[in-house]
Amino acid sequence: MSVRHALANGLSGRGAASASSAQDQSASDLAPGSAQLINPEDLVKILQAPKGEKPLILNVGPHLLYMQAHIPSSEYIGAGSDSQGIESLRRRVKPLPHNTFIVLYCGCCPWSHCPNVRPAYNELHKAGFTNVKVLYIADNFGTDWVYKGYPAIKGQEDR
Amino acid sequence: MRKAFLTIVALALAIGIFYKVGRRGSGPAQPGGSSSVVHSVAPDFLLQDLNGQPLDLANCRGKVVLLDFWATWCTPCRGEIPHFVQFQDKYRDQGLQVIGISMDDSPRPVREFYQEFKMNYPVALGNEKVAEAYGGVLGLPVTFLIGRDGRVAAKYVGEVQMSALKQAIESQLQAK
Repeated sequence: MSVRHALANGLSGRGAASASSAQDQSASDLAPGSAQLINPEDLVKILQAPKGEKPLILNVGPHLLYMQAHIPSSEYIGAGSDSQGIESLRRRVKPLPHNTFIVLYCGCCPWSHCPNVRPAYNELHKAGFTNVKVLYIADNFGTDWVYKGYPAIKGQEDR
Repeated sequence: MRKAFLTIVALALAIGIFYKVGRRGSGPAQPGGSSSVVHSVAPDFLLQDLNGQPLDLANCRGKVVLLDFWATWCTPCRGEIPHFVQFQDKYRDQGLQVIGISMDDSPRPVREFYQEFKMNYPVALGNEKVAEAYGGVLGLPVTFLIGRDGRVAAKYVGEVQMSALKQAIESQLQAK
């Protein structure tokens, strides 16, 4: 599988900015191009690299979409727009060191309309996690991940 | 040369390991493509609507069907639904049937939404089987226009442009 569409939207690489600069920004911002984001092609590179720290990937979107396709090794947490989803997120990260590399993603709908990633990011920010990225999915998980040929599996969550 | 060969083998192994990671009772997601079911016969489904009544696509043969995959938490979907309600009213007598398939994880918000938006067409909770039959619903909204012959005439991914959809519906309604 090749990594394609690098630099296609002009955001590539910006997601790799330091966690400290991410902390300087508004927790709820998550504007395209901001340091809290990681692009799909950059995440694929990290996952495919033979060395280097692998992130804990948490899906904070709707379960029915996750069951159809999700990133291998990602864990289903619950919708970030839902109080139960946020509670589940709190429980999952509670035992983790605050510098754990975490990637949140959803992909239910176009980025500006996603109701899930911002509450989930804000929760981790509030809890003091310093190395959190949100996967920037411009349109949806199908268009921006699956149909680009990036690794995806379907079925039950991997926990 | 030998070094290049070893690099290729190492890369292939790394990719293989990557694909294996985390699999448990699951298979690879199949890219449905943006138009995988267009021009094909629309896959049948039998679901229960919010009132517990059977919702069988086969019963709609001979009608033009607007099949909308949506969810209450999906902002673009919420913007589309009042238009679909209008279409159902306006074109019902000419043979349009709108069907909503909600991808919500529970029925409660769907029932509330149905009342609030005065939806005038059947809505059922979707499942993986129906979604996959239509090429995978990996983002919302997704809307299909099905002709009287039961074939998928068009697929709209994302918020649909209403004027274009209206034109397409009218075109399908005129077809015999």
